[in-house]
Amino acid sequence: MKLEVILSGFGGQGILFAGNLLAQTGMVADYNVTYLPVYGPEMRGGTCNCTVIISDKEIASPIVKKPSFLIIMNYPSLVKFLPRLKHNGRAIINSDLVSSESVEDLEALKKKYRLYFVPVNSLAESIEKPFLANLCMIGAFYKITGLFSKEQFKKALKAILGEKKAHLFEPNLKAFELGAEYIESHYSASKKGKCKSRK
Amino acid sequence: MPEKFFHPPKSLKDTPFHYCPGCSHSIAHRVLCEVIDELGIQEKALGIASIGCSCFLYFYIDVDIVEAPHGRACAAATGAKRANPDMVVFTYQGDGDFGAIGWGESFHAALRGEKITAIMMNNTLYGMTGGQASPTTIPEQKTTTTPFGKDPSESGYPLRAAEILAGLEGVAFSGRFALNNPKRILETKKAIKKAFLAQIKGLGFGFVEILSACPINWKMDPISALKRVDELTQVFPLGTFKDEVKEGQP
Amino acid sequence: MTAKKRILVKGAEAIALGALKADVDCYFGYPITPQSDIPELMARELPKRGKVFLQAESELAAINMVLGAAATGKRAMTTSSSPGISLMGEAFSYIAALELPAVVVNVMRGGPGLGGIEVSQGDYFQAVKGGGHGDYHLLVLAPCNAQEQYEFTARAFELAEKYRNPVMVLSDAILAQMKEPLELKKLKIKRYSVEEWALTGAKGRPSRFIRSLFLDAEELKEKNLTLQKKYKKMEKEARAEFIIEGGEEVIVVAFGSMARLAKEACEILKQKGYAVGMIRPITLFPFPKKAIEKVLEASAERPPVFIVPELNCGQMVEDVKLCVEGRAKVISLPYPPSVIPFPEDLEKEIKKCLKSSSIRQRA
Repeated sequence: MKLEVILSGFGGQGILFAGNLLAQTGMVADYNVTYLPVYGPEMRGGTCNCTVIISDKEIASPIVKKPSFLIIMNYPSLVKFLPRLKHNGRAIINSDLVSSESVEDLEALKKKYRLYFVPVNSLAESIEKPFLANLCMIGAFYKITGLFSKEQFKKALKAILGEKKAHLFEPNLKAFELGAEYIESHYSASKKGKCKSRK
Repeated sequence: MPEKFFHPPKSLKDTPFHYCPGCSHSIAHRVLCEVIDELGIQEKALGIASIGCSCFLYFYIDVDIVEAPHGRACAAATGAKRANPDMVVFTYQGDGDFGAIGWGESFHAALRGEKITAIMMNNTLYGMTGGQASPTTIPEQKTTTTPFGKDPSESGYPLRAAEILAGLEGVAFSGRFALNNPKRILETKKAIKKAFLAQIKGLGFGFVEILSACPINWKMDPISALKRVDELTQVFPLGTFKDEVKEGQP
Repeated sequence: MTAKKRILVKGAEAIALGALKADVDCYFGYPITPQSDIPELMARELPKRGKVFLQAESELAAINMVLGAAATGKRAMTTSSSPGISLMGEAFSYIAALELPAVVVNVMRGGPGLGGIEVSQGDYFQAVKGGGHGDYHLLVLAPCNAQEQYEFTARAFELAEKYRNPVMVLSDAILAQMKEPLELKKLKIKRYSVEEWALTGAKGRPSRFIRSLFLDAEELKEKNLTLQKKYKKMEKEARAEFIIEGGEEVIVVAFGSMARLAKEACEILKQKGYAVGMIRPITLFPFPKKAIEKVLEASAERPPVFIVPELNCGQMVEDVKLCVEGRAKVISLPYPPSVIPFPEDLEKEIKKCLKSSSIRQRA
């Protein structure tokens, strides 16, 4: 098993945090992981992406030309990375910023890829935590891939937040659950594509 | 046998100096060694030799010594002292080493209040390389690189290190002294002692600038060179510019 | 997979943790991207342990602080990135001449000049040829993941003391900024006695000095010969990862982050049936000549083609050529900083070389 994930969005959408969290969770679930941020002088507002690889074998290259999974938080990211998605690859798309109507040749794309449109901004706003759209994405990723258990995620989240930000654990978890539930209720047919989760 | 009542300092090696006749280094070495003896620090001292005529410091002074790259003595001293707070660490540098190429390291060590002692021999030029201009070369002074006399509007004004460093909070002792008469030699010794006490007592950076004669590069006989040191005090006034060290043994 | 206790860290942090594992006494450094995570971690951790952290006013000062601390026998280190390392060149030469142990980490970024903050391996020459003036060498270790950055940094202190020579850990922007799991293994880092030379004050022994100035021609010659003998002795530290089964027609030689990309490319090629092997130099000085020699000896009749991809304009390829001594074809695959090749691009380039040297596919 090897999953190459590119997470992309605006700076400030929590892309790096989400990537970091994903890698941490992968590690907790006993996979090999790499997390490669693209960093630059801009701190806010610029485009931002990172690559997370989760594998049960040694990971050679941390850089991926054709990822097998995309987490897309805005439209420019879709334009940039969807053409690079592997055939039969999967993508979670922030439908609040990228409506399915705005995607050209959607039907053709659907034949090539499995696309999941999740309104992560709205979901996060529903719990008055608009900054946690990234966690909704992780929740959706969890439900779609089944790569790790919820317990493993919680362990990773705790580790990443540390003591200083421990008070953010519950809201983060809630946002995660909202993302997972959205997939459950809107894309339950995809269950068959699930990987078995690890102990 | 008559009783021997005059001894060279214990920490001064019995090696003939290689310095030119009339050069102030030998007196400065001796005075420095007297202070090392009087403070009883020979066994815990570390000297940082620099680049210039005095880079052979280790042939004369009987304490542990390491040679630093040109200008970096205060940085090396910082590293040694931080790693070994119980050692007594000093640098011995020329004006080019301390004030030109090494001014960044010297100034910042003083700014941080490193508990080290720095001695800067100021002879207003680069002695070892043959008498080129340095930041302490005075206006109109002829050197091999200011053959028509130094024009400060072009080559800069003389660096008054002791006054500048005295303005820094991290500096516990700073002054300028000379070695061209016995009284001044005694004053210099007193100052070096204070600059050492500054670090021993943990007060901060100790700095002693010494106006130093360089008869060869000044193209003078030793006696005239000593007289010229008097003239230099017009540009480089002697005195203690900062003293936070209380008298008495540590 | 057995559950190991691992933490997810940036490579830069792994470097700092390795130094802490080796009980580093002092850290002196100056901020520069992409290595600032190292001083930041050191600033948090060293004071807690009663050790020295000092942010210097420049890289120049930092490395000379290392010199001063090292002269007293303490474990001292500095870290920087390419432009900062250039500033240290003078002191590397002095520290090597003074025969002091010191550890330096270079997290390479793009050059020349201010260059960029992207990954690069452009400082290979600088690292393995010394970087400063005179005939001297640094011992250079080239890790390729977080675990190695941790272990090699710790090991660097032991090697520095063993040879009384500066040791450089050559990392880069990808290796330092990437997060990977790190197992905080117990490491046996030997401590060599410094009593015979360290300047700790002349108590109970005659005073001593450590110098690099030898105006006497004979003395300077002797000094140089002594150093050369030491570098010869260091050759036994040469190490390489050897991914070769025999019968390869192409051997890829790559180090550091490029080795990661090349490994992936080689795996793809192998899956497609190509007879491709790989040598990853782990020590860059001493260069692992024996690894290349071994391949050449085993294939004297039909030597493989050596392909050397690098994230620079072709530097290590020269050392590979020196080892090969004309016995096989050596091809450079240069990737100047800013655009990092994907393994697929590398695969394509390697394939091109396969074709141009008319190498058939493995049956």
